[in-house]
Amino acid sequence: MTTTTATSPVLEATGVTMRFGGLTAVRGVDLTVNSGEIVGLIGPNGAGKTTFFNCLTGLYVPTEGRVAYKGTVLPPKPHLVTSAGIARTFQNIRLFANMTVLENVLVGRHTRTKEGLWSALLRGPGFRKAEAASRERAMELLEFIGLAHKADHLSRNLPYGEQRKLEIARAMASDPGLLLLDEPTAGMNPQETRATEELVFAIRDRGIAVLVIEHDMRFIFNLSDRVACLVQGQKLVEGTSDIVQNDERVIAAYLGTPFEGAPGSEEAAEVEAAEAAEAQGTTSTEGPAQ
Amino acid sequence: MATTETPKTTAQTTDTPRGLIALPQGIARVLIAVGAVGTIASTFMSWTYTSDFPGDLTYYGSPAGLQILALVAGALTLLYALTLWHVRGLNWLNPASAVAPVALAAASAFAVCWFSAIAIAVDLEGLIALDPGAYIAAIFSLAALLGALALPQPGDTPKSYLAKPENIPTAAKLPEWVERLVITAATAAALIVFAYGIGVDPDASETFLGYILLIVFGTWALFTAGLFDRISVLNARHKGFATSMAFLAAALFPFVENDEHNSNLGVNILVVATVALGLNIVVGLTGLLDLGYVAFLGVGAYAAALVSGSEFSRFSGVQFPFWAAMLTGMLASLVFGVLIGAPTLRLRGDYLAIVTLGFGEIFRITVNNLDGTSGPNITNGPNGISMIPDLEIFGFNFGTAHNIGSITIGRFANYFLLMLIITAIVVVVFTRAADSRIGRSWIAIREDETAATAMGINGFRVKLIAFALGASLAGLAGTVSAHVGYSVNPAPYQFAGSVPPNSAFLLAAVVLGGMGTVSGPILGATLLYLLPEKLGFLKEYQLFAFGIALVILMRFRPEGIIANRRRQLEFHDTGQLDIPESGLPDTTVGVTKAGA
Ligand SMILES: Nc1ncnc2c1ncn2[C@@H]1O[C@H](COP(=O)(O)OP(=O)(O)O)[C@@H](O)[C@H]1O
Ligand SMILES: [Mg+2]
Repeated sequence: MTTTTATSPVLEATGVTMRFGGLTAVRGVDLTVNSGEIVGLIGPNGAGKTTFFNCLTGLYVPTEGRVAYKGTVLPPKPHLVTSAGIARTFQNIRLFANMTVLENVLVGRHTRTKEGLWSALLRGPGFRKAEAASRERAMELLEFIGLAHKADHLSRNLPYGEQRKLEIARAMASDPGLLLLDEPTAGMNPQETRATEELVFAIRDRGIAVLVIEHDMRFIFNLSDRVACLVQGQKLVEGTSDIVQNDERVIAAYLGTPFEGAPGSEEAAEVEAAEAAEAQGTTSTEGPAQ
Repeated sequence: MATTETPKTTAQTTDTPRGLIALPQGIARVLIAVGAVGTIASTFMSWTYTSDFPGDLTYYGSPAGLQILALVAGALTLLYALTLWHVRGLNWLNPASAVAPVALAAASAFAVCWFSAIAIAVDLEGLIALDPGAYIAAIFSLAALLGALALPQPGDTPKSYLAKPENIPTAAKLPEWVERLVITAATAAALIVFAYGIGVDPDASETFLGYILLIVFGTWALFTAGLFDRISVLNARHKGFATSMAFLAAALFPFVENDEHNSNLGVNILVVATVALGLNIVVGLTGLLDLGYVAFLGVGAYAAALVSGSEFSRFSGVQFPFWAAMLTGMLASLVFGVLIGAPTLRLRGDYLAIVTLGFGEIFRITVNNLDGTSGPNITNGPNGISMIPDLEIFGFNFGTAHNIGSITIGRFANYFLLMLIITAIVVVVFTRAADSRIGRSWIAIREDETAATAMGINGFRVKLIAFALGASLAGLAGTVSAHVGYSVNPAPYQFAGSVPPNSAFLLAAVVLGGMGTVSGPILGATLLYLLPEKLGFLKEYQLFAFGIALVILMRFRPEGIIANRRRQLEFHDTGQLDIPESGLPDTTVGVTKAGA
């Protein structure tokens, strides 16, 4: 699906390693995301996907390796990463629960506006204009994800699926060049999952590259131009959906055959398979494909 | 499978709703009205024969003390009883024709009358101390309450007599000038209620308790009638007008309550209310638990005292004009705030609380020790800086009384008006800051600091701004308080104590009044300041009473007396819970069930 011709790298992560004491959660991962691309990141639970995201966004300072956005190396500070142009969502939804839907998105505009305390106190024409522009942009984004009619609701009162969408809108409010989605369809029903798929394509069509972590295999292989598979903190394979889908090591990791004698991967993979099967089971009437 | 649906028997609807007490509705209404009229009439009689009881309730023909309160409560009951008959024009007061406001108004009359009778009997020599008037008040107020409880029960449980009914119709839009008139009347009523409370003789604790009873039940009644919602809608519609009316009313206070002692109370209340509002930025908006906040008030007060020209000041030759002293106080607090904030704001939650608590105490101990023996002489140690001269702005001396027309405005009234301007400034700063990019980032930090930084907010910087702003507002209030009190000394600037401006008091004012709102901390500070002042017997148990009040409040109204819209939704999930989406895509489930 790589239709874009001029593919300049948006994200270049090289040799990213993250150790927690004795545990190496991410081990020397290289990953490149080009502009206009949707890249999928898969792997069993505990493979280090979220940790890798945290390293990219500065929530963790990687033990080794470097992360560059459009050619410049990023400092490991979350707010600087966001203002550089990488925005993210969280696996466990982290909205500002007691702010309204609109306010959540307005907070996302933070890096693209600069009115400080003084202009807030003096309320000059510049302040009003900036505030109006922010609101307009936020409403436009709510329109885009289909939550404009709930702009004044508290975000904590939204249904689960809409909370996930709102997190995406909030991230998009910072006008990112790259959007990191951590399991955007977790807990969604099949209809919502399909809608999310459309949403990710629409985001890409707005010129935003997307790196997405996902468990739902059908979702990820449909969506991604390229897929990387992380197992035990290491990148196992990377390539187009077809390649990764048929790679026997990936199948092994997901279906429970021991992989390179790595301890623990078996259990992880079993859990993973069971979960995937469960997810499948709810979508169709067929029995789980064991 | 059988798909026939047996329609639910709707037994409840065929039942005629009954009251707690079995009486025909018509009789119940008459009982309330008669009870209310009787209560009103009783206040014009003597309730006890000696003038020993506070307020002197011995006169025929002129209500006094608790009788005035009973009179108001009776009038309120009568008014709400009349709304049940749909008297024209009164419908606005009880739009839903609800039972709860009537019951609560009757309860207020009952509470005031019975409290008075019992207090007279207990204070004096038993039941013989009661005059017929007291018996009449007790009997008629009881009759009104019984009548109210005989009204058809609005909900499932007896508790519904106390609850605000749902779906109260919203008010039709009135002509512009009528709406403004309503706002004006409401503000005037609030001023009168407040001035009456402040004016209660400190020795007449009984009267003040009666006042509290009336306030609690009366406001509750108005609340269940939906009046507060209506007023707040009007206020929102005429924001500027309502705000100026509120300040005008506050400015009229020294004229209404023309008494130096009470004006002094008023200034002190304004000072603590203003500081509480500053603390609200730090605690309520940004979610930083600051247990040493009162130190900033102290820094401001000391800075102003040092440059006031007092002969006890280390710099006794220096006398800044007030605007310069004000800036000095603010700046000193700002610097102190940044100095404390910079190292501590990287900590989260409990750690920050402990460290600010420590820094607050460090301020007090340092000031105590800068006395020339333990350290360099700057603050004059525990003796503090006294004989701070009065302010003079544009030739207006705040220390002397001035005549405006026939009314004399005394020293404390002067300071009251000055402090009111400062309060207004702080209110404007608070509202403008809260509703802006920076205010949203404060709230975002409070909600989820990790997510906030991931949205590009520089947490440390934003928190430091909140901390510094809060500090300088407290410093600003401190500069005035130094002049009002003639002197400054380290004692009041501690974490917890029996005299108000201490950190625990301020924090309690914010939490009690309602975090994140403007009027909440002002109301909270007022209540917390006034209660021990007027209820002499509470003095020694003040902290204990605080604790009880907070526990009760957190149980029944965790969002504080005045709820931020957000906090209210947070705790009570009113209105907009997950309403089922129209057309749930659950058809498959239905099909499988039908097929099974
Ligand atoms: N802050 C941390 N401290 C210690 N271990 C961590 C931390 N964060 C993640 N880990 C560990 O790193 C591993 C990878 O976790 P994670 O990145 O959440 O996996 P995934 O998102 O792929 O399911 C897990 O074993 C987890 O326990
Ligand atoms: Mg994860």
